Amino acid sequence: MLWPLGLALLVVLALSLFIGRYPGPGFTSPRLLWEDELARRLVFSLRLPRLLAAMLLGMTLAGAGTVLQTVFRNPLVEPGFLGVSQGAAFGAALGILTLGAGAPPLATEAIASVFALSGLVLSYALARRLHFGGWVLRLVLAGIAVSALFSSGVGVLKYLADPMTQLPEITFWLLGGLSGLTWAGLLYLLPFVIPGMTLMVLMRWRLNLLALHDETAFSLGTSPGRERALVLVGAVAATAAVTAVSGIVGWVGLVVPHIARRAYGADSRVALPAALLIGGIFAVLCDDLARTLLAGEIPLGILTSLLGALAFALVMTRTRLRVPT
Amino acid sequence: MTTSPAFSLRGLRFGYGPEAPEVLRSLSLDIPAGTTTAILGPNGCGKTTLLHVVLGWLVPQGGEVLVDGRPLAGIPRRERGRLVALVPQAEHVPFDFSVLEYVLMGRTPYLGVLDMPSAEDHRIAMETLEALSLDHLWRRPVPELSGGERQMVTLARALAQRTPILLLDEPTAHLDLGNKGRLLDTLAGLAGKGTTVLLTTHDPETASLAAGFLVLMRDGQVLDSGPLREVLDAERLSATYGVPVRVVEVDGRPVVLLGRGKG
Repeated sequence: MLWPLGLALLVVLALSLFIGRYPGPGFTSPRLLWEDELARRLVFSLRLPRLLAAMLLGMTLAGAGTVLQTVFRNPLVEPGFLGVSQGAAFGAALGILTLGAGAPPLATEAIASVFALSGLVLSYALARRLHFGGWVLRLVLAGIAVSALFSSGVGVLKYLADPMTQLPEITFWLLGGLSGLTWAGLLYLLPFVIPGMTLMVLMRWRLNLLALHDETAFSLGTSPGRERALVLVGAVAATAAVTAVSGIVGWVGLVVPHIARRAYGADSRVALPAALLIGGIFAVLCDDLARTLLAGEIPLGILTSLLGALAFALVMTRTRLRVPT
Repeated sequence: MTTSPAFSLRGLRFGYGPEAPEVLRSLSLDIPAGTTTAILGPNGCGKTTLLHVVLGWLVPQGGEVLVDGRPLAGIPRRERGRLVALVPQAEHVPFDFSVLEYVLMGRTPYLGVLDMPSAEDHRIAMETLEALSLDHLWRRPVPELSGGERQMVTLARALAQRTPILLLDEPTAHLDLGNKGRLLDTLAGLAGKGTTVLLTTHDPETASLAAGFLVLMRDGQVLDSGPLREVLDAERLSATYGVPVRVVEVDGRPVVLLGRGKG
């Protein structure tokens, strides 16, 4: 039964459109949309694209998290671990350092995307050459090594950065957030996020099989290596795109898949769409808090980690939280 | 027993990697159709490797596997999944799939890459559980089952594939006496219906209870093969395991005991 989640997402989206700090902190009256030109511009040019981006961010991270945890048979994996998060961070820091103030708005995002994807490619290439353990273990190890490589690179760039201007910008990027996101930023996400998410949803029954051992999946007439690579690339490419735009937003991709599985069971036919919807709701709510709670923006990554960890503790300590299907 | 073999293995050579020692060394064997064949041999003699080569999962460096006279390598993946099913030795299921969800996975060879199992697939999965008297477990998460239940549920998953050939890797290795008896009864029922069953075991009792055809294996080679009663004798088993073994008859059934006979 997924429709209550879908409905909840729509309600959260609709309400969030009117939550903010204009004209005062709290709720923007819908009546203002007719009366106040500024309110209209604010809601449709700033809030709406940002809300949709937050939704796509949450959906992508939660969906990719479900895919990666299933494919790696490891519930501790999060979507950025294959060098993607740290790669994006390195790219963004490099962009902030080299492009300066006059750069086009999406230039940093583009560089971050390139490095996020190269993190994935490097992890994959390294995993193929490692002489240790099985395929899953090799990918995990390669991901850790490539992430460490990029994160030390981020350290170097922070050291080189101008402490008054560039360093705060890098730090803020690393904490994650969607402030200043426009329709252009949202459109930039779609070519990665839509195919990635479509692939995940279409192959969700197949995901179950990829959680089994390779020889068992093979005996069922599948080609586990090829299918695993396909869903993996789709999920991680989408993650790379959203990470490049939002910065590092932690815990959504780790926690939401657990909550979805706890509530709807392990079968990805239901657990994956549930994770997408829960991830969307969670990210939109966190972003509402990020832009409303204080006069200044609170970095989104801080809120997702804080609330994600709390939600995790709350949900996983309930013994029974199964939604009847 | 039909005369044409279900599997013909011709001069199989296999090693894990180019420098690794060969696990299968020029192994040739015919496995009869419609009966239960046990591959009996000591730990590490290459039984599981042989089973994985017969499945097609491991590709031999030399020789070939024929299924009903056709080269296994030329059979498309999904068709192979409708021909041969596997019950692995210890299936680790990392997430809380329910028993029904897990058995449904056996329907995969009948589904396209983007298909979902249909109502018909659900019906077949449930029927398979009923046939093994496991239907009361259908909602239970697989990781919470006991070892015996889990082995039977894994068998149900393989049987939901509705294949004429079933491979089992050490099916009784982790089972207590009661579960072992139940599993072997089920296998006997399958062979009675014409399924070709090929199982590996290091336990002579499992072989003598389950199989009509016996293969003795040691160091990647077949020592002997033939009808159970001809092959299961003290001399051959002693050679297979490298320790003195004797075979006595109890209630008309050969029983294998450790130690030298008294005369």
